[in-house]
Amino acid sequence: MAIALILVLIAVGSVLFHVLSPWWWTPIASNWGYIDNTIIITFWITGVVFVAVVLFMAYCLFRFRHQEGRRAAYEPENKRLEWWLTIITGVGVAAMLAPGLFVWKQFVTVPEGASVIEIVGQQWQWSYRLPGKDGRLGTSDIRNVSSDNPLGLNPSDPHGQDDVVVEGGELHLPVGKPVKVLLRSLDVVHDFYVPEFRAKMDMVPGAVTYFWFTPTRTGTFEALCAELCGVGHPQMRGSVVVENESDYQAWLEQQPTFVRSSAGLGPKVESPRLTD
Amino acid sequence: MVDGTLGAVGAVPPAEVEDMELYHPKSWVTRYVFCQDAKVISIQYSLTALSIGLVALVLSWLMRLQLGFPSVFSFIDANAYYQFITMHGMIMVIYLLTAILLGGFGNYLIPLMVGARDMVFPYVNMLSYWVYLLAVLVLVASFFVPGGATGAGWTLYPPQAILSGTPGRDWGIILMLASLIIFIVGFTMGGLNYVVTVLQARTRGMTLMRMPLTVWGIFTASVMALLAFPALFVGAVMMLFDRVLGTSFFMPALVEMGQQLQYGGGSPILFQHLFWFFGHPEVYIVALPAFGIVSDLISTHARRNIFGYRMMVWAIVAIGALSFVVWAHHMYVSGMNPYFGFFFATTTLIIAIPTAIKVYNWVLTLWLGDIHLTVPMLFALGFIVTFISGGLTGLFLGNAVVDVPLSDTMFVVAHFHMVMGVAPILVIFGAIYHWYPKVTGRMLNEALGQLHFWITFLGAYAIFFPMHYLGLVGVPRRYHELGEAAFNTPSVGTLNAFITIVALIVGAAQLVFLFNLAWSLVRGKEAGGNPWKATTLEWQTPETPPAHGNWGKELPVVYRWAYDYSVPGAEEDFVPQNQPVVARAGAREGAPA
Ligand code: HEM
Ligand SMILES: [Cu+2]
Ligand SMILES: [Cu+2]
Repeated sequence: MAIALILVLIAVGSVLFHVLSPWWWTPIASNWGYIDNTIIITFWITGVVFVAVVLFMAYCLFRFRHQEGRRAAYEPENKRLEWWLTIITGVGVAAMLAPGLFVWKQFVTVPEGASVIEIVGQQWQWSYRLPGKDGRLGTSDIRNVSSDNPLGLNPSDPHGQDDVVVEGGELHLPVGKPVKVLLRSLDVVHDFYVPEFRAKMDMVPGAVTYFWFTPTRTGTFEALCAELCGVGHPQMRGSVVVENESDYQAWLEQQPTFVRSSAGLGPKVESPRLTD
Repeated sequence: MVDGTLGAVGAVPPAEVEDMELYHPKSWVTRYVFCQDAKVISIQYSLTALSIGLVALVLSWLMRLQLGFPSVFSFIDANAYYQFITMHGMIMVIYLLTAILLGGFGNYLIPLMVGARDMVFPYVNMLSYWVYLLAVLVLVASFFVPGGATGAGWTLYPPQAILSGTPGRDWGIILMLASLIIFIVGFTMGGLNYVVTVLQARTRGMTLMRMPLTVWGIFTASVMALLAFPALFVGAVMMLFDRVLGTSFFMPALVEMGQQLQYGGGSPILFQHLFWFFGHPEVYIVALPAFGIVSDLISTHARRNIFGYRMMVWAIVAIGALSFVVWAHHMYVSGMNPYFGFFFATTTLIIAIPTAIKVYNWVLTLWLGDIHLTVPMLFALGFIVTFISGGLTGLFLGNAVVDVPLSDTMFVVAHFHMVMGVAPILVIFGAIYHWYPKVTGRMLNEALGQLHFWITFLGAYAIFFPMHYLGLVGVPRRYHELGEAAFNTPSVGTLNAFITIVALIVGAAQLVFLFNLAWSLVRGKEAGGNPWKATTLEWQTPETPPAHGNWGKELPVVYRWAYDYSVPGAEEDFVPQNQPVVARAGAREGAPA
């Protein structure tokens, strides 16, 4: 019975592949361990169902294969069995949905006191904006975008004057602090995706979207674009440096603010004389 | 007890519609080209769909070559790659699967299975095919226009689809949108036919609850398609206006490569809603006919009534209805209001319940069966395995928060290929092996069929099962090359190369199938009228292949449901639907010649 045997091999082989193969998610670097846990629950439930159904099929194929004189049973339905299966399936589905919705609630609820930063996508690079001393981002409008004002900040908004604008380059974040990421795009839909953070969200021109997370591990992480955005899509890379508070502050100090860069002044490090 | 099984002698209602006056072809051209016979239209649809499907298959090879052996094939640059994935995806979903399942199988099977002489509007039915052919030609033309085909991805998300950073923004996208619009016009003509034929042209005794599940699947899918395609239609028209006339339905104010554009005020997310309001039902437009067909294949070849027929019908209807309220599960990370996630995750997981019931009932039909491992049966079994696999990974992606890390990775690509790529394709193959004898009068070659099945089934599983894990690692989809990346480890490269090699083998195995189709046409074993000893009406036609008008002088009369296999006391292990109940024990008039 080749087919029965092969189905058994498929069931067993899939499980072995899952357990033994080297391909597994990257070590997590954010608070979204909950997401990983929900995936694990889902793997267990779906894995059990997969193996059970495929093995049952294999058994049927072996046991009820055509042989001389065999006749199938005639049984149009079996209400009891059908209801039981429906109920059990319902329970399994609920066991995945409940934790899923619970974690989704956390995902969409930004904790109070999260710091706010902005990531802006454009073909094909990332830019970042962090609030200055006042802790608030100024307003922006796409119509203000020009070569001096690449992110379209509102020049007359006092909150925006001290905003730190990083074009291309790296985003730095302090470890252990929740951060709400506002997302904007200047041209097409992009998606800021750092596999280690698990969280991601599209950035849509004409709208501001968001997600939040807490970096839990220092290090440099690669950011990719996860929404097709034209031929340069795979080249749209960036990196996020998660560091401790003092390193972060030191880095922030050196970044040009909006007033400075729009006045044509470079970052502080590169032109130390001007800051005197 | 299920309607129309035993003891339903008196349950044959009078004919509601009179025999229709058939159109009679007068020349070779009206018989084989501009033909109004649903069976000929079906073959035209199927051959066209398979031909364009081969193009999509070749494109998948090219894409896989690039992914498996990056930068070895210099002609597959980023532009070409994006054009390939877009055309591959769109062709497979719309121009192959939708067209062959509804236009191909629908046309052949609906009239025969419900005991009609033809579709109710044969002329419109003929037009439907020619409009479809036009849509295909417009689509193919887009490969040859300046700038080439569009590379916007099969989802065609604006603003990207109509801006210059995307290949094919000059002509390709225009032709793509035009082709979709034409396709929908053509489909609507066919779809109305399928629905009205099922509702109005069933023969005496063919109550709705006696219809074979194939008809239920195609019928429900047609209703869904008639409701879902309009969303795509308006989306395509609006985008065409944005592109050609400079309107801003989907275009907010934006800056492209440092230039302020004239657009303003539109919403890209609006397009996504329109697209997925079509796009999700589309999954089931492909799946439901496959569900129906596979039910009949399993029942026939396991010589056992389909288990839980009524539950199966209700599951089809429930899935059809529910699938209109789950579309935004494709948009959890689209930037729509995140609170929608609660609603859509719930509806999406609920739809898993009727879907699971279908799987149980297929498997329970095998239980206590008398399983004949014919080639159609093998394909049906392959379908169950890949469908379970793809259905279960749907529970990952449907559960909003789990989707967050997995969306737009290779996990998604693996999932939808299993569930709506491989699974329906296996059913289509199974169905062709099953009905080819009725269409041509000859059997397809069994040994070649076995070979075709094993390579395709095992190969497809080997391609798409490991691919989930690439997604888990973090490999994004729609990447022309991975480049330097933390997740681009040597083992990822090895796996990609492996997948590519298997994909080439699976693709090549389809030549065996094509050869079989052609060879058996002349050399195949004579099939006779009912080689599988099946109960449904299409196997009871007076002639094989069925003549124009399907039935002889008299339309068949139906006395029972479609699944009287191995009825206790019956002398054979099947009782055709048109066999009167009283006659069961004695002589079997009305049985196939
Ligand atoms: C052996 C057969 C097939 C192979 C090897 C294959 C391979 C591929 C590959 C490599 C991609 C691009 C993945 C990426 O980089 O994002 C793709 C995309 C796709 N395929 Fe297939 N495919 C096959 C059959 C099918 C079938 C039967 C369908 C029908 C549903 C299908 C539908 C799609 C769709 C909708 C996309 C997405 C296109 C996009 O991202 O815009 N494929 N396929
Ligand atoms: Cu991007
Ligand atoms: Cu969907």
